[in-house]
Amino acid sequence: MIIFLSCIILFLIGLYAIVTKRNLIKIVIGFAFIEYAINLLFALIGFRSGMLAPIITQIDMPHRFVDPIPQALVLTAIVIALGTTALMLSVVLRIYNRYKTFDIAEIRKLKG
Amino acid sequence: MTFIPLYFILPLAAAFIIPLLGKIAKSLIWILVTLVSFALFILALYGVAVTQQAPMLVYEMGNWPPPLGIVMAFDSLSAFMTLVISIIVFTGSVFSFRYMSHYTGQWKFYTLYMLITAGMMGISITGDLFNLFVFLEIAAISSYALVAFGVEAEELEASFKYMVMGEVGGLTLLLAIALLYAKTSTLNLADMSNALQIIGQTPFFWVVLGMLLFAFSIKAAFVPFHSWLPDAHPAAPAPISSLLSGVFIKVLGMYTMARLVFNVFGLSRANAPIFFNLLIGIGLLSIAFAGVTALSQKDYKRLLGYSSVSQVGYIMLGLGIGNYYGIAGAIFYILAHALGKGLLFFTSGAVVHATGTRDISKLAGLGEKMSTTAWSFRFGSMSLIGLPPLVGFFAKYFIVLGALKAGFLWLAIVAIGLSVLTLGYLLKIENNVFLKKGKIQANKAPFTMRVAMVFLVVMIVLLGIGFQQVVDFLVGPAAHALLRGVEYANLVFGSIAVSF
Amino acid sequence: MKGMSLIVKSITTVIIGFIFIYGIYIILHGHLTPGGGFAGGVIIAGALILRILAFGSEAGGEKKSEKSASIFESIGALVFIGIALAGLFLAGVLFLNFIPKGTPLHLWSAGIIPFCNIAIGIKVGAGLFSIFLALAAVKYVMED
Repeated sequence: MIIFLSCIILFLIGLYAIVTKRNLIKIVIGFAFIEYAINLLFALIGFRSGMLAPIITQIDMPHRFVDPIPQALVLTAIVIALGTTALMLSVVLRIYNRYKTFDIAEIRKLKG
Repeated sequence: MTFIPLYFILPLAAAFIIPLLGKIAKSLIWILVTLVSFALFILALYGVAVTQQAPMLVYEMGNWPPPLGIVMAFDSLSAFMTLVISIIVFTGSVFSFRYMSHYTGQWKFYTLYMLITAGMMGISITGDLFNLFVFLEIAAISSYALVAFGVEAEELEASFKYMVMGEVGGLTLLLAIALLYAKTSTLNLADMSNALQIIGQTPFFWVVLGMLLFAFSIKAAFVPFHSWLPDAHPAAPAPISSLLSGVFIKVLGMYTMARLVFNVFGLSRANAPIFFNLLIGIGLLSIAFAGVTALSQKDYKRLLGYSSVSQVGYIMLGLGIGNYYGIAGAIFYILAHALGKGLLFFTSGAVVHATGTRDISKLAGLGEKMSTTAWSFRFGSMSLIGLPPLVGFFAKYFIVLGALKAGFLWLAIVAIGLSVLTLGYLLKIENNVFLKKGKIQANKAPFTMRVAMVFLVVMIVLLGIGFQQVVDFLVGPAAHALLRGVEYANLVFGSIAVSF
Repeated sequence: MKGMSLIVKSITTVIIGFIFIYGIYIILHGHLTPGGGFAGGVIIAGALILRILAFGSEAGGEKKSEKSASIFESIGALVFIGIALAGLFLAGVLFLNFIPKGTPLHLWSAGIIPFCNIAIGIKVGAGLFSIFLALAAVKYVMED
């Protein structure tokens, strides 16, 4: 239970970084925190105490494995997070190129 | 039966052939995209015809039965959504032939266009929760890139703001999926529906439902999470704006929410009246707030963006009312708004292509120089305001009828009254741009753009006049698919025993 | 982008081949050991990125690398979709495992999964490499 709570706390730290920080790069790092927390939570959900990793290394293994589905889901979630972070960083770089600043308070051309 | 995976495999294959084609022959790209969109349109019509007989088609990927494998559960609501998506995608690709000619790197545009189509189609037909998340992220990431397509300063800023808000929604959805998996140990929608009925309406149920509502409200741009839309939709190129406003926010926000609330969580007005009243409240707030803000806009596309936020509120209103007429009205409104708002954004694209500006105060006198555009705008706005016999009138009529049948007389009066806001801001564009005399220099819109606009006008008129057939064949079965509630699970498992 | 010192350059020429082979090993044994397509693809991309980082863009070949990365990415994705569609057309269902599954725990087992791993490995490697080129090519941002 403590482990799940610490994942939620990591999630809230990332959310705090996204909402309050003014530097664009810090917002992207906040996203990395959130994704890390969610992946960790996912992988921990599938844990059963006293079981083995879900890889068959001999023909007759006793079938006492931890849940392999969350591990597959985490793999997919990591790939999606990679794509999103790459896109976010390239947009941030081009914003720096146009506005010459990373400060989000100065990037305010759209109004109304 | 084997046509079901073609809905997302065709655009996905086209999306990856395009970079190879782009090095050989550039002109083939547009032909490929239009062919694939037309094939999707024919497939969608076929899907609607098939679901008239069989209420649910189930396709198991790799022959793994649920809940072991991923399934595609294709019922009438999925057929309806694929039809709406394919209409807008097809007309959008016809429109972008000339519109994208002054952007560089066109093959990137068409690749992303096919990817966003594949994502939306996948969301509509899947029956597995994590598969829904993956397709949702595919469509969302493609849309972030498409909004930032012409890399000017405003577009990058709008895209970044959109990306931050959209990703917060997507990650909250992933967290909700994690919690649901922890409690029910399954990812299949039908299996989860059975498990959730056993769990009942505990605090965990409401917390997860609240998280899902938050995530989908960001994607569908309900007030107060709408602030990305008026920046993102004007910044995108015009065919992408009409795709985003027309189908994207509805597939990612409204369809997924309706599917989860009605079929998986099994809520209805009978067993969760407070939740449905909350939905009505959100709908009214969106209509009123966005409608009032739209009255003071000076940018053509920004005004249309606020109008989208307002109209999506009507759909939420219909879903919140909860009886047959309300839900059928909401689904009909998805079709009507897709056609109408798609058409309006096409007219904005034609105006920008001809004159280069979006400022209403500078755009006087286009009524005589761009007559096809002006008349398309008039038809589209008449449909959205709700004038008979166009399709928008019947959609609003169903929602109002649903409110009356559920006993909410005040709601019906308020819904009709707030249509005045729609009249107000659309008339603002009509007056200042198309009716006033002015000296602006503009050519007529190119032929393919005019063809796309006239196609949508014809659809609006035809579907309005033949509204009874639309309700019988398209909207009615889709509404029954939602009202079925937890029967969805029995249908999924039942039709697996029958076929394959 | 400037290259690095002579020590880094000479070690890189030796070690790039080993990193590449390690990535291919992880991809090929994806159905037996942890790893598979995505992890192996990341390692291959690491080898390609190391060459550009060590030798700098003065060594040239960046435009050619961009083009071939894009081609390999599309080819990887198309092979994956082709395998899925082959399952559809030859045997009736999408993603059906239609290749004979040999004896378990050998390299030739588990049907289509090794081929899917190879296709994904190529795509991820080329994709990450082109992401790196796109981010690093924004030269005029950092050198002001």
